[in-house]
Amino acid sequence: MTRSRTAFAAILAKDLRSELRTLQSLPAMALFAVTTFVVFRFGLDRTSLSGSLASGVLWATLLFAAVLGINRLFVSEREEGGFDAIRLAPIDRTVLFAAKAAALVVYLAALELVTVPIFAIFFLEDAAGLGPLVAVLLLTDLGLAATGTLISSMAVNSRARDLLVPLVLLPLSIPLMIAATGATEPLLSLGGPSYDRFGTWLMVLGLYDLIFGLVGYAVFDFLLED
Amino acid sequence: MYGKGLKPLSIAAVAMLALSLSLVFFYAPLDGDQGFIQKIFYLHVPLAITALVGFVVGGVFAILHLRSNDRKWDAYSYVAIHISVIFGVAVLITGAIWAKASWGHWWVWDEPTLVSFLIVFLLYATYYPFRYAIEDRDRQARYASVFAVTAGAFVPLNFMAVRMAESLVHPRTFATAEGGMPGEMMLTFLCSLAAMGLLWTTLVKFELAAKSASGQVKRLRRALDAPVAGGSSRIAPEVS
Repeated sequence: MTRSRTAFAAILAKDLRSELRTLQSLPAMALFAVTTFVVFRFGLDRTSLSGSLASGVLWATLLFAAVLGINRLFVSEREEGGFDAIRLAPIDRTVLFAAKAAALVVYLAALELVTVPIFAIFFLEDAAGLGPLVAVLLLTDLGLAATGTLISSMAVNSRARDLLVPLVLLPLSIPLMIAATGATEPLLSLGGPSYDRFGTWLMVLGLYDLIFGLVGYAVFDFLLED
Repeated sequence: MYGKGLKPLSIAAVAMLALSLSLVFFYAPLDGDQGFIQKIFYLHVPLAITALVGFVVGGVFAILHLRSNDRKWDAYSYVAIHISVIFGVAVLITGAIWAKASWGHWWVWDEPTLVSFLIVFLLYATYYPFRYAIEDRDRQARYASVFAVTAGAFVPLNFMAVRMAESLVHPRTFATAEGGMPGEMMLTFLCSLAAMGLLWTTLVKFELAAKSASGQVKRLRRALDAPVAGGSSRIAPEVS
């Protein structure tokens, strides 16, 4: 147990350090998200958003930006031989799943830390809904991390790795997006935030996180066998 | 060896289909609300149920494959998902026809069951490009099984989420309609469901038998040093 914990911390720290030094994913994700906001401003021809439009724009943008990062999640492991090292090391292989998912949660949280305030400045009349939105963001990040890590680890070992992640991940994340937009919509409504079915949607998000966290934990071992 | 029992099974499926169709057209009463078009219900709903059960069965086969590492179960899982995707196309087409006839539009977004089915179908449609992108046969089988397990867990969760997105505006009518369905309709519906289930099983068995036969032919040709005719599909698993 303690050995797994050490390995988990080591892999996570390695990932975060290499991202900090190379800045391969995060700046690209943030830049993509901000540019997408501008595209939506002209696509929808609106200068301010609220309610369902606001939550739709926010979540569509965050989802596609997340796909960019998920695509690159395992590229370094494959190119620099990280997979072989994990296979050689006397540790539980699901540790790699947990560490990569945790790293992805950190990336997504950092992405949202930058882009959600920009979204608020661009489109929102009042920012009162942003406080409770943190809970929605966090739970959705966990779900995206669980499914994203699973799909990314398979896609990286295939011929069409840049294609597979968006192809498989988008339908897989639809329930997550239904719940996330459902919870966000009343928070960003015009007359200040309301909490219509907020708890129910958070529970759906939690259920998704739980199920796909467990599925990932159960099947990840088979993905590293070779 | 997969051909064993195929003939009686096919006969049973054809007989059951004939019985259920004759029940649909000559026995089941006309629906008071929708009239004749309601008969598509006996095709659409059993197809949908069979396809969904087929997806979950494919996931169960995938679990067996991962546990036993026996390639036979990967073939079972592939064929189950393959036939269910074909059924899924039929579900979406019959659903669109029914929607056009009774609501006047080819597609209705606030019918949660149909929307959930579309999402599940879109996910399983990616099973083919997913398999195709992985070259190593062993790895392909393992990854496909992981996909099938994940997608199998996705099916009930997705239905729940879509239904909740609609539940306040649009009360579920099917549950009450089924509860209040007259006995003749219920009997016809159950017969149609059994017929579809038999048809699905028969098609799965046919597909497995065909794969097994072509695999054997290929092995014999290889043993005889004869050229192997036709490139085999790179997606479909080989069956011994």
